[in-house]
This record gives sequence, C-alpha cells and structure tokens, in this order.
Amino acid sequence: MLAAINWMWNFDGWIVLAGALCAVASSLLGCFLVLRRMSLLGDAISHAVLPGLAAAFLITESRSSLPMFIGAVVVGILTALLTEWIRGTGHVDEGASMGVVFTSLFALGLIMIVQAADHVDLDPGCVLYGSIETTPLDTIPVLGWFIPRAVVTLGVVCLINAAFVLFFFKELRISSFDPALATTSGFNARLIHYLLMILVAVTAVASFESVGNILVVAMFIVPPAAAYLLTDRLAVMIGLSVVLAVCAAVFGHLGAIVVPGWFGFRSTTTAGMMAVAAGLIFLLAMTFAPRHGVMMKVIRRRVLAWTILADDILAFLYRREEQGTGLRVTADELKPALFASGISLQAILWRLSQLRLVSRERALLGLTDKGRERARELVRSHRLWEQYLVSHAGLEADRIHDKAERLEHFTDIGLREQLQEATDSTNVDPHGAPIPPEHP
Amino acid sequence: MIAGRSIACAAILFVVSIAPASLTAQQPPVNRSTSDSLTDRSIEWPSLEQWTRVLFLKDYNTRMVVFGTTLLGCAAGMVGSFALLRRRALMGDALSHATLPGIAAAFLFATTWGLDGKSLWFLLTGATASGMLGVGSILAIRNLTRLKEDAAMGIVLSVFFGAGVALLSITQQLSGGNAAGLEGFIFGKTASMGFHDAMLIGTAAVISIGVCLLLFKELTLVCFDEGFAGSRGMPVGFLDFCLMALIIVVTIVGLQAVGLILMIALLVIPPSAARFWTESTWKLFVLSGIVGAVCGYIGAAASALFYKLPSGAMIVLVCATFFMISLVFGTRRGVLLRTVRRWMVNRNVDRQHLLRAVFEMVEKKGAGHQDNYDWHESRGVLDENDLVGRPVAVSELLNRRSWSRWRLLRAIHGADRAGLVDYDLDSVRLHRRGLIEAIRLTRQHRLWELYLIQYAEVATSKVDRDADAIEHILEPEIVAELELLLEKRSVEMPASPHRIVVSETVAAAGHPNGGTDAGSH
Repeated sequence: MLAAINWMWNFDGWIVLAGALCAVASSLLGCFLVLRRMSLLGDAISHAVLPGLAAAFLITESRSSLPMFIGAVVVGILTALLTEWIRGTGHVDEGASMGVVFTSLFALGLIMIVQAADHVDLDPGCVLYGSIETTPLDTIPVLGWFIPRAVVTLGVVCLINAAFVLFFFKELRISSFDPALATTSGFNARLIHYLLMILVAVTAVASFESVGNILVVAMFIVPPAAAYLLTDRLAVMIGLSVVLAVCAAVFGHLGAIVVPGWFGFRSTTTAGMMAVAAGLIFLLAMTFAPRHGVMMKVIRRRVLAWTILADDILAFLYRREEQGTGLRVTADELKPALFASGISLQAILWRLSQLRLVSRERALLGLTDKGRERARELVRSHRLWEQYLVSHAGLEADRIHDKAERLEHFTDIGLREQLQEATDSTNVDPHGAPIPPEHP
Repeated sequence: MIAGRSIACAAILFVVSIAPASLTAQQPPVNRSTSDSLTDRSIEWPSLEQWTRVLFLKDYNTRMVVFGTTLLGCAAGMVGSFALLRRRALMGDALSHATLPGIAAAFLFATTWGLDGKSLWFLLTGATASGMLGVGSILAIRNLTRLKEDAAMGIVLSVFFGAGVALLSITQQLSGGNAAGLEGFIFGKTASMGFHDAMLIGTAAVISIGVCLLLFKELTLVCFDEGFAGSRGMPVGFLDFCLMALIIVVTIVGLQAVGLILMIALLVIPPSAARFWTESTWKLFVLSGIVGAVCGYIGAAASALFYKLPSGAMIVLVCATFFMISLVFGTRRGVLLRTVRRWMVNRNVDRQHLLRAVFEMVEKKGAGHQDNYDWHESRGVLDENDLVGRPVAVSELLNRRSWSRWRLLRAIHGADRAGLVDYDLDSVRLHRRGLIEAIRLTRQHRLWELYLIQYAEVATSKVDRDADAIEHILEPEIVAELELLLEKRSVEMPASPHRIVVSETVAAAGHPNGGTDAGSH
C-alpha cells in the first residue's frame, strides 16, 4: 500500500517523524494550557515573536538561526509575561490581554521589518516560518548519521518537555487545578506557571522555525482537547494526547499525499493536513467519547427519559387501580396524561409487557402482580417524599408534587425507610392519599 | 509576585525602548551613499505642506484610506465591546483564520466552473460561509462538551486555518486560474484601499452599528446574564448568533481591506482600553467606538505622512498606545488610580489601628478589670482627662500589632499632623479629638466582637481578627442595629470580650494586679 502512494522512508519517514516530534512536544504542554484556559497562547506567541526576529536580524545583520532563535524565544516569553501582567494588574480578561499583547508586538515587528526590507529580502513568510516538506533536505551529522536538523531540534525540545512534565507532574497538577492550594502547600505556583510559559515559548519557536506555525498552534490545542473529553485523569489525558498527536501526524501526512489524488490533484501541504487530521480526531472524540461524548450524552438522556416514562406508566396504572378496581386503561388515555409521543409510548408498553410488568388484553392495559409491586414502590416513594417535603422542608402542600415526581425515580428501599422514619411512619400523604406499605 | 511584576515592568521598558529606537532613528542622511546599507532606517520628516494635505484629507487616496479605517475602527470598537463583555475578545482572531478555507474553496469552485475565481463577491461569500461554519463549530463545542470558550476558539482557529492552507496549496495546481495573491485577501493591503473598498466598509459599518443600537438592551443582557435573559423570554441562541454574525461582517469586510492582525487589534484593543474609563455598558460602547475611530484616523494619517510605515501596523501601535495610557490613567480601573486608592485606604486603616491601640492601652492602665463601665457615668474610674494625658510608649504600641516600626511611625506622624495624637519623646498621647474617634472605633470593634460571639457562635479567642477587618467599614446604621441587637446603650462602652495584650512591663507598671494577662491571643 505504501508503495502505491510512492512512499519513501528516508523522505516521508523524516517528515512524519518531525511532525510527530513537534506534535508530541506541543501536546505535552498543551494539556496544561487547555486546563488553564490559555489555549490560544500558542497562536499568540507565533504572531508575537516577529519583533524578536527582527531585532535579532537588525542587531546581528545576518540571518543565522541561533540569534533569531534567541530573539524569538525572548519575545515569546515576553508575550506570556506581558499577558499575565496586564491580566493581573489591569483586571483585563485573559483573552483580551493576550489579544492586546500579540497584535501590538506583531505590529511593532512588522514596522521593524519594513524598515529593513527595502534593502534585503526579509519576507516574514519565508524567513520566519519553516516548512515541514523541506525538513529532510536540511541535514546535520549526528554520530555519523545524517539526520534532519528539524528532527534533532524537535527531539531535544520534546525530551526537555517530557522531563519537565515528568519531574514537575505533581506541582503542575496542583497548580493547574488549584493555584491557591499549591501556594499553601509550599511551592510557588507562579514559578511553575512561568516555567511552563517559557517552555511553551521555546517549543513554539523551535517548531515553527523548523516545521511551520500552523502545526504547532494546532497541536498545542487539538489533541489535548480531544484527550480531555476522553478521560477524567490527568496522567491518562497526557498519555492519550501524545498518542493522538502522533496519530494526527501520521494520518495528516498520509492524507496530504492521498486525499488530493482522489480529486485529480497532486499532494498538498502536510502541516495543514496534520491540523485537519487532528481536527477530525477531535470530532471523533467529541462524538463518541465514552463519558463526555455528544453521542453518549444523547443516548444516556434518551434511556433516562424512557426509564422515567416506564415508571410513570406503572404509577399511573396503580393510581387508577386505587381509585376503583377493575377500571381498565387504554394507551390513548396515557398519551395526554404523561405527555408522551405515540411511538415511544408504544415502544415502552411493548417493553413493559415483555418484562411482564403490564398485561395487555387487546387495547386494555393492566398491572401484573410484578408490575403492581414495582408501581407500589414508586407511589410509596412519591408520597413519602411529599410528606417529607411538607413536614421537614416546610413547603406548601400544593407545590410538592413536581419535586416528588422527580425524586421518586431515584429513591431506593434504604432511602424510603429513612423517609418513613423521618416522617414518623405516617400512613397518609399531605393530599390525604394513603401511603402504600412496603410489603402488603 | 513582586519578581514577576518587576520582570514584566522590565519587559515593558524593553519594548518601549525598542519602539522609539527603531521609529525615531532619523538622523538626516548625511551621506547619501550610506543610505543603501542595511542599517539605514531613517524616516524623513514630512514638510508642512504634506501635513496639511494629509490632515485635511486633500488627496483622494488618503481620503479613502482614512475614511475607511476610521469607520472600520468605529464599527469594530463597538462590536468588539460586546465581544469583550461576552469574554470572547479573541473571537475575531478565530474567525479571521476560519475564513481562509472558504476563500480557497470559493476560488476552487469558481475556477472549476470557469468563472472568475478572484471576483470579490465569490471570495466574500466563501469567507462568510466558512466564518459562519467556524462560529457554529465554536458554539457547538462550547455548548455540547465540557471544553471552554478558549479551547473551542483555538480548535476552530487552527483546524480551519490548516484546512485553508491545504486547500490553498491545491488551488496553486489549478491550470485555469491564477491563485497568486489569494493569501493577500486575508493579510490585506490598507494603502491600496479604493473607493469600492471604502464604500463596502462604510455600508458594513453602518449596518453593524445600526444592529448594535437596535439590539443594545438585549445584547447587554445576554452578555451579563445569559440565564436571566433566557428566563425573560429572549432568544439567547439567536442573539448570540447575531453578535457573532456582527463580528463576522466586520471581520470579513475589514480583513481584505486592512489585514488579519489589524482586524484582531481593532476588535480587541479599543474596548479593552475603554473599559478602564467606565463601568457603564453604554459608555463603554460609545467610548470604544470613538477610540477605534481615532486610532484608525491617527494611524492611517501617520502612515500617509511617513510613507515607510505600514498603515496597519501604525494603527495597531496607536491602539496599543491608547491602551497603555488607559491602563495607567483610567478613571475607573486604571492602575494609578487603584494604587492611590489602596494607599489611602491603607493609611486610613493604619491610623484607625493606631488610635484603637493607644486607647486600649490607656484604658487598660486606667480601668483595670472592670467588666462594663459607662463612659459618662464612671468618670471617677476612668477620668477623661487622665486618658487624654496618659503617654503610651512607641515600643509598647509596636508589640501591640504586627506592624513594622516604620509603618507605625508613619501612622503616628500622620495622626500627629491631623491633630489626633501628640507625639514626643518616643511616646504617644491622645488628644481630645483623637480620643473621641478612638472611642468610636473601639466601640465598633467590640460591638462586632460581641455580635460574633452571641449570634455567629465564633469562639472568643477568634473574634478579634474578624472584627479587626470589619471595624473600618461599619456604617452608623449598622452600629445602631448592633446596639439594638446587643442591648447596649449608645453611650456605653462594652468591655473587650477577650484579653487585650499589653506587654508585661507596661501592664505591671500601670496596674500592679493586672500584669499577668498578657499574651492571650
């Protein structure tokens, strides 16, 4: 299959590796950015470093990468600090202070560049931002191997970030969720915060200098956000976001080669497609996540609604039996009384008769013994709650029905016994209806 | 904290020092040949004639640019003030990135069908469609998952922009159309703004300002209390979408005229700057419109005067200057004002602490352990003149609270100047005016302590600190209510419910039998 798309390991392999390293390095830190609600910091830094690059260029008058790198990192850190400072001293919203800082810095950088651009070619597009497709061409020898420079840089950054997260895991966790607790337990949450900001700046600059800024901005946010929806544990979230980031890198590059071919085009930008792949992974996570996914939420809500409807049907039939034995009910009577749609009502009735809780003789409905027992529990819970709400919560008798109606579905035998004790074992509810006994 | 702040200050100084260095390095070109070197960054100072031409909008081109940016700044400032209040300041950022795939796709489709792919209307439609899709995605992520707004915006921004870049790279392979310059659509060129662009901006600005004014009350309510707006029967989802649509309109119209970064800046900075000056939504709305317009005007005019300075960047820098000025000098939330106010409160609190401390010590020495005494009736026990005259050593006061010597002396000197106490020979005496004030404060303090003990069931040893914090802000009405509750007549001075710390030596000297009650809290 790889042969079919003209895959070359010593070319495409390096591209995927560079992309994956960038993705892993960013998503490791991105988890904490998402938790601290600073997701857009990567984007802000990638715009804001312009004056740093321009200053480095104007001072050294060369385009060598080390001064530029240092200049960019310094301004990147400055962006984080200034944002924090304006937010803290000026009481400005986090997003707004970020917006103020990075647009101002970018404009400053633009003016500095335009000042020099009359004489030299310092196009922001090509000098400042590398491109991932060209990474395999720029190699340096490491231990006798020729390895792309971007892979070496990003590998080092990745290791630094992994070490940071590993060593400071406890501190990062506490300071992300509860900075006050972190400070009271004896370490400086602010220091951890600034360390994180510095590493974010280093990662962002190292990444977009070698593989372009689109990738790093996406990888700071999207894989951690997807992982956040998949789990409730921080360690698992970090692990998952690393895995998802690697997946995004691999599938992104494959997509860049394969997908345009379907429409008769040649390959497209790898970095862009990696971002798109990450977006698709996020979409999947958002839809199918086991706890927080949209699909699961819909299903859970549906099942709950059906359970409640089934309970309501049983309780309705029980009350009818109370009023006069032998009175049979049709499904049409239930519909307006329970605000149920025809389809779900029929489905639930079918299910109830499957479970032998409701008997159906032609169109007439009745309770079986088993159904009557369940219905009695429900009605008992309902009336106990009503009694309790009046005697203990001091509510008016005409306001308790809705509350009891909600609580009855979640009341088990233990709670009923407590309620009975609390209400002095009364047999009658505030409306005068008898509270059925637990065991007849 | 302090370290972080000083780093940030140094950072600002650094930025500020770079800015003029690069902008005002304008030695007259002594030697023309050196101007070709890399380091030539001179800016020629415009002549008077140029000044008048630009400021009075005599050139057609300048007029268009200045007109367009001023209107755009006004509209963006007004729309942005709602975005700021809604905590979506960076919505413009997310949206402007999200338009790229729409632009590329519109070009792609138009060219495939053999139409002119670069027609403005195609591109605008594409940009609007993908902007809408972006907004829809942001709202969906925010409402359907537990992710917050910032993450939603970040996801949409990066994924859409990635898709846009991927699509752009495909458009470059098209044989029919010429895709060059499509990126320019979102990076913009202000200086080349023509009549049609200016008219487009004008129309969009008037429409969005009109919609803002029409929906002013509703949008305000949605910004401040979504739940309440919903319970009043307002269509919150629809209003939210209206606000987003306004941002889309302003952003897209602005994007192709002035570029991405400027558009974000115009949406974010004027409202943030205006926020320092006012607490009312209406004033914020008007003020940020004015700030936006003025920034647009000054920036565009400056760029026309100094032809080397790009107008977009100039407008952003003017905005940033406005922001810094507001941050420092703002009359509602400005840093300077808040610092002064905090300093004054601290001074006041220190003085009140001083008065109460002095009073409690002279009272202790005079009265010993009487449980309850009436101020006016018990002159025999507590002679007013005795209290007024009694000296309290500074070293005693220093032990009374955890305050530094410097801070204590500052409070003493302040009170001395105000005629409340007399300070000489390292000891403090209360004046009559100071005594009255001290009695008032001590009564408030003790009433609150008694209240806490009787009604809030706080332990006697814990009430002092709570009362310490609240004594400075108790209003006369609350004091009256406390008196009523605690059945203390308005002249009566209740005894302190807990022991008052007086250092050993002093207490022993003043009252031989009461020397053992030091150090209780």
